Amino acid sequence: MKALDDRSAGSFSAGPRAWLMAEAAGSRRQARLGRWYAAWLVFRRNPLAVTGLAIVCGLIVVALVAPWLAGHSPIEQNLQARLLPPGGGHWLGTDALGRDIFARLVHGARITLLIVALVAAIAAPVGLIMGCSAGYFGGWVDAVLMRITDVFLAFPRLILALAFVAALGPGIENAILAIAITAWPPYARIARAETITIRTSGFIQAARLQGASASRILVGHVVPLTSSSVIVRVTLDMAGVILTAAGLGFLGLGAQPPVAEWGAMIAAGRQFMLDQWWVAAAPGLAILVVSLGFNLLGDGLRDVLDPKHG
Amino acid sequence: MIRVESLSVSFGRVQAVREVPFHVAPGEAFGLVGESGSGKSTVLGAIAGLIQDWSGTISVAGQPQGRRRDKAFHKRLQMVFQDPYGALHPRHVVDRIVGEPAAIHGLDEVGARVEKALGEVGLGPAFRYRYPHQLSGGQRQRVAIARALILEPEILLLDEPTSALDVSVQAEVLNLLARLRAERGLTYILVSHDLAVIAHMCDRLAVMRDGRVVEEMGVEELRAGAPREAYTRRLLAASRGYDRAAAEGFESTT
Amino acid sequence: MSAQALLAVEDLRVSFATATGVVEAVRGVSFTMGRERLGIVGESGSGKSMTGRAILGLVPPPGRVDARRLEFDGIDLTAAGSKRRRALRGRRIAMILQDPNYSLNPVITAGRQIAEAYRGLSRAAARERALGMLEAVRVPDPERVLRAYPHELSGGMAQRVMIAMMLAPGPDLLIADEPTSALDVSVRVQVLAILDDLVGRGRMGLILISHDLGLVASFCDRVLVMYDGRIVESCRASELESARHPYTRGLLAARPRIDGPGGELPVLDRDPAWRDAPGVCGAP
Repeated sequence: MKALDDRSAGSFSAGPRAWLMAEAAGSRRQARLGRWYAAWLVFRRNPLAVTGLAIVCGLIVVALVAPWLAGHSPIEQNLQARLLPPGGGHWLGTDALGRDIFARLVHGARITLLIVALVAAIAAPVGLIMGCSAGYFGGWVDAVLMRITDVFLAFPRLILALAFVAALGPGIENAILAIAITAWPPYARIARAETITIRTSGFIQAARLQGASASRILVGHVVPLTSSSVIVRVTLDMAGVILTAAGLGFLGLGAQPPVAEWGAMIAAGRQFMLDQWWVAAAPGLAILVVSLGFNLLGDGLRDVLDPKHG
Repeated sequence: MIRVESLSVSFGRVQAVREVPFHVAPGEAFGLVGESGSGKSTVLGAIAGLIQDWSGTISVAGQPQGRRRDKAFHKRLQMVFQDPYGALHPRHVVDRIVGEPAAIHGLDEVGARVEKALGEVGLGPAFRYRYPHQLSGGQRQRVAIARALILEPEILLLDEPTSALDVSVQAEVLNLLARLRAERGLTYILVSHDLAVIAHMCDRLAVMRDGRVVEEMGVEELRAGAPREAYTRRLLAASRGYDRAAAEGFESTT
Repeated sequence: MSAQALLAVEDLRVSFATATGVVEAVRGVSFTMGRERLGIVGESGSGKSMTGRAILGLVPPPGRVDARRLEFDGIDLTAAGSKRRRALRGRRIAMILQDPNYSLNPVITAGRQIAEAYRGLSRAAARERALGMLEAVRVPDPERVLRAYPHELSGGMAQRVMIAMMLAPGPDLLIADEPTSALDVSVRVQVLAILDDLVGRGRMGLILISHDLGLVASFCDRVLVMYDGRIVESCRASELESARHPYTRGLLAARPRIDGPGGELPVLDRDPAWRDAPGVCGAP
């Protein structure tokens, strides 16, 4: 067969790069890793996206090593050392109760990461399942699922979160739940739109003709194609999630004292804004940088995963 | 092998297929030819069970078929689609695309079956872990044929299998399809707008227009250039290239 | 060909810089044409469409066009600025694409799109001209089509509107890239008949880019066969069946025929030597 191409499968000994770039992979795993590597090469060319990735990775690292990085306890009070300016033993100074702001900031990264991770882990799958099912089955399934989506979409996020927290009591878990419940409808809409465009394509028809069940088609064929748009959207939404969480914290409805949470820290610092600006500025800056990081990362991911919307 | 009687399909108020009858003998290659909107692909979709809203009778291998088809049906009948770019999942490697039907039907030794099916369509092991975007149009269509063959069906429905391919690649794919049919005694229903492809591949054909079968004939009649219906004769003339007179002929009737 | 040639192309090259190096889509194409029907045939990737785009100045970035000579009706296109070329495009050189849906604006009626060409005229006069144009491309019920949006038209009808739109300014050269591939055979011959009428009067040159050898042979006056970015054979359309280049002959043989012998179709064996061998010319 002259169409045969026997370029080598690229042995690993020739270096991981050659293995990843091999024209003809030797296994499904190698093919998949090769695809990701190719995407990484595209992603790497965008300096802003790499900056965003670095910020998000930095957040994760800081959250992981917080106890060792902090130097001080985030909750231990020292009323003799109230509102110290940055410098000396306290890099970023101390707050009204004499707690080290840097230590609280570093521990606050854990809370922020927890919120982001849990919201993504709840909202994205719910949105994907609702949207893909609605788009694939159409008809009354679509009508019912999308009306439910519309109901949730109609709630203003912060107000619903407030109502939720008011009903269930303040606390970080309830705040996360409230944010997740308002976050999924846009993902469902994206997933549904994408599903409708691929529902009639040849490979879905072929899968039906092979006798594949609806759940197999949804999970194995539809979700892998719709998930990249949703991942991009989730990443871009994370900035908003962080801000909402901080807003709830600021209003005293999120994480409860003495837990270090950035929004609550700003709230506590606002009384001293003019004289001891660093108390509110440090967590404010942290929120700004992390939000920016997620936005940059999301933009970069969109270019790689979803070039048609670029 | 396949018997279709007074098959009608409507989408909403549009009647796409009206009272179409035909039968295909085991091992025969039957052509459905027509222009876009003639309903030829819709007939294929109804036989395959991809379209639900049909009425009439469809029986495959002597068994009347209902709206839903069982696994045994899917093992017996497979299909190759027109668009080699849309027919393969863009995020699945060839190995998964070809192996999926075997996995669905719970067959054993999926890996060996995939290798064998790829070999039969002339794709070596080097293609096994590639993504569709790494393949040419002809190679994709070979993968689609391998996917259809892995369940070892008796019937293959071919929906414009080569219309998106270059002439030289079309020749390779048509040769492959002809060889597979000879080797395995497959029954084909081939849908095409191209009379030459139908004439080359099929034993008998039906000409469709506006959802109806205008004419059914043996391929010898087509070769001899002697179809009974004026519409078929015009199609024949048009497929031979540009001809002023043929253009005028169409003008007067449409 | 004398200096009267409508279009003269000499050593046209189109290249794309990619991550893995420079890819040459067109590698030194030369031809001249008058007000005639010139066919360019080849398979996908042969560079035939890119040749048409290069003449129009519509090669997408990062494509690079080089030519020793690219002259349209005495105007040096290589030296002309983008403004000058834009003025030529549409008014004097027009292009028809395979899929009319890419070129028609979906939210503007067919009538207004055709009337674009008559901007200097009053609305009523422009409308009158547009109506005339639709009649020229044999649209039945042109009044209705004038008011219709592109999605309300069938494929054949949209392609006719597109042709009407392109021909409205009365161009001297029309480049048609697979103008009928998306159309049914019966509509195809009608669309070709329209083009035939317009070119046949000697008012316009036509470059018909197609993969369909039978179509080009039966419709054009002269044929260029492209392979891998170069012209491998040029001949009179009537002599295409007796082509000499092994590539052309391979393509001709690979077509299934209605009255053919059946059996295996001869498969084209590509010879690497074709890549750089000089092209063959049919008898003049």
